[in-house]
Amino acid sequence: MAVLLLGEVTNGELNRDATAKAVSALKSLGDVTVLCAGASAQAAGEAAATIDGVAKVLVAEDALYGHRLAEPAAALLVGLADGFDHIAAPATTDAKNIMPRVAALLDAMVISDVSAVVDADTFERPVYAGNAIQTVKSKDAKKVLTIRTASFDAAGDGAAAPVEATAKADDPALSAWVADEVVESDRPELTSAGRVVSGGRGVGSKDDFALIEKLADKLGAAVGASRAAVDSGYAPNDYQVGQTGKVVAPELYVAIGISGAIQHLAGMKDSKVIVAINKDEEAPIFQIADYGLVGDLFATVPELTEKL
Amino acid sequence: MKVLVPVKRVIDYNVKARVKADGSGVDLANVKMSMNPFDEIAVEEAIRLKEKGVATEVVAVSIGVKQAQETLRTALAMGADRAILVVAADDVHTDIEPLAVAKLLKAVIDEEQPGLVIAGKQAIDNDMNATGQMLAALLGWGQATFASKIEIEGETAKVTREVDGGLQTIEVKLPAIVTADLRLNEPRYASLPNIMKAKKKPLDEKTAADLGVDVSPRLEIVSVKEPEGRKAGIKVETVDELVSKLKEAGVV
Ligand SMILES: Cc1cc2nc3c(=O)[nH]c(=O)nc-3n(C[C@H](O)[C@H](O)[C@H](O)COP(=O)(O)OP(=O)(O)OC[C@H]3O[C@@H](n4cnc5c(N)ncnc54)[C@H](O)[C@@H]3O)c2cc1C
Ligand SMILES: Nc1ncnc2c1ncn2[C@@H]1O[C@H](COP(=O)(O)O)[C@@H](O)[C@H]1O
Repeated sequence: MAVLLLGEVTNGELNRDATAKAVSALKSLGDVTVLCAGASAQAAGEAAATIDGVAKVLVAEDALYGHRLAEPAAALLVGLADGFDHIAAPATTDAKNIMPRVAALLDAMVISDVSAVVDADTFERPVYAGNAIQTVKSKDAKKVLTIRTASFDAAGDGAAAPVEATAKADDPALSAWVADEVVESDRPELTSAGRVVSGGRGVGSKDDFALIEKLADKLGAAVGASRAAVDSGYAPNDYQVGQTGKVVAPELYVAIGISGAIQHLAGMKDSKVIVAINKDEEAPIFQIADYGLVGDLFATVPELTEKL
Repeated sequence: MKVLVPVKRVIDYNVKARVKADGSGVDLANVKMSMNPFDEIAVEEAIRLKEKGVATEVVAVSIGVKQAQETLRTALAMGADRAILVVAADDVHTDIEPLAVAKLLKAVIDEEQPGLVIAGKQAIDNDMNATGQMLAALLGWGQATFASKIEIEGETAKVTREVDGGLQTIEVKLPAIVTADLRLNEPRYASLPNIMKAKKKPLDEKTAADLGVDVSPRLEIVSVKEPEGRKAGIKVETVDELVSKLKEAGVV
């Protein structure tokens, strides 16, 4: 059994955390070959080679792969699929874009957001916003999966595996990159952070969202948000935690001015310790919080930031 | 340009899903069902394209049980011109997998020849986030997923996408598949007169067999269980108490 894993490479850099979590999910299935594709991908490939459990790394370096467009990335994976029983990727937005396309090209059903690997054909995945966990057994010859990174610990470092170049595939020439709008931040990345502080509609304005950021900075935490906070423009879209946003499972999750809708809980209820600050003592978030503080966030959050 | 919008009938997003006692799935008998929220956004976008004069006709398509007629009537009441129902199951608990849905949609698209398909990014029941991408693969079309902005410029669609790092804008050749994310628009409510009018709009019915597609599942559902519950913890009275609890727990 052999596994082809699409490494998460952005602007030439490996997202080690996401890739290493996928490796630890998959290594029981066989030798893991990691594919690193990008306009520059050699350094990412060398980084992937040192993840414990990686048997080999393939590097596809070409401008065609610079922006992770789905059509060329899928064509590349399909071209390499021979000899692999599982083709997988961490469930990032890039992979969610690419992997179902790969699966359809291979006439296989994609298995999205795998939260546990039972055996080579059988996987667990959350459905209905995490209100149910489904165990599915695939009848497809090749299994195409995305891995829910929050469910696995990252693999550690190992001896460097061999790194080989691989040829590019034909360009389907169906789409073109125009621009990225990326908010640069020195804060930890949301899905790999050990602590996350999230703000909701209760924060009330973009300016007041600084209260959330100050607490996060004091804790060395990443900043998250509810959908309502993003929709209202208090926080950028990539802060959204939930069923249709990012899934996080940090040591500490602090939910401030967030009511606790099921769609939000779907993205954070596996956190180790959950703190909720809300002025409504009936807010559903308190039903899953380890420590609940009923009170006005405008008074309690600055006080908490100061006292930590 | 004709715009085709696939719409799925799913459990209403306000209803908490309950796992059936026999572990075979989620109980959907007598549960409120609605149009998948992302599909409402897709329908809204298609209607706006028509209002702008970019689209000429909006066709809503649903695949599943007979009751998906209601979902299609909702799309018609919002402003879609026509609807197609592909009956592919007779038990409300049978979910047609994205690969089969994509094959059926491809068959419909081969007949309808739309210039653009706008689907939802994800069905809130199976949470697969796959159908649009699979359909694009089967058609050999380009795809722009997780859209928060769509501009049609001649033979291309310029789409801004919500991605992990922020936003990405791409151009995709038409015909193409776009999938709608939450912030693409705010869907309208259908007015009473439009709900009445929708009853008279055409709704064609076909079966999966008519389209020659095998819908048997590739993924056998072995079991469905409840997630491990989380117990409610304690309420603290003051910030000082919270700080000391967090220190005790070793997380600060
Ligand atoms: C298809 C779909 C997908 C979705 N996906 C997601 C998702 O991925 N992530 C997500 O988060 N949501 C998602 N949602 C939205 C979700 O249903 C809720 O609407 C959303 O999570 C609510 O955000 P909120 O808790 O910030 O706002 P609200 O529910 O409005 O809650 C605000 C809270 O702030 C409290 N508050 C107000 N003022 C103060 C104050 N001064 N001090 C303290 N507390 C205060 C209030 O008591 C209230 O509990 C989705 C919805 C749909 C339909
Ligand atoms: N049975 C269906 N009928 C019509 N459209 C569907 C169906 N299943 C999925 N879709 C479309 O595909 C999108 C993504 O669904 P999924 O891949 O199941 O998460 C949905 O938002 C719909 O637009």
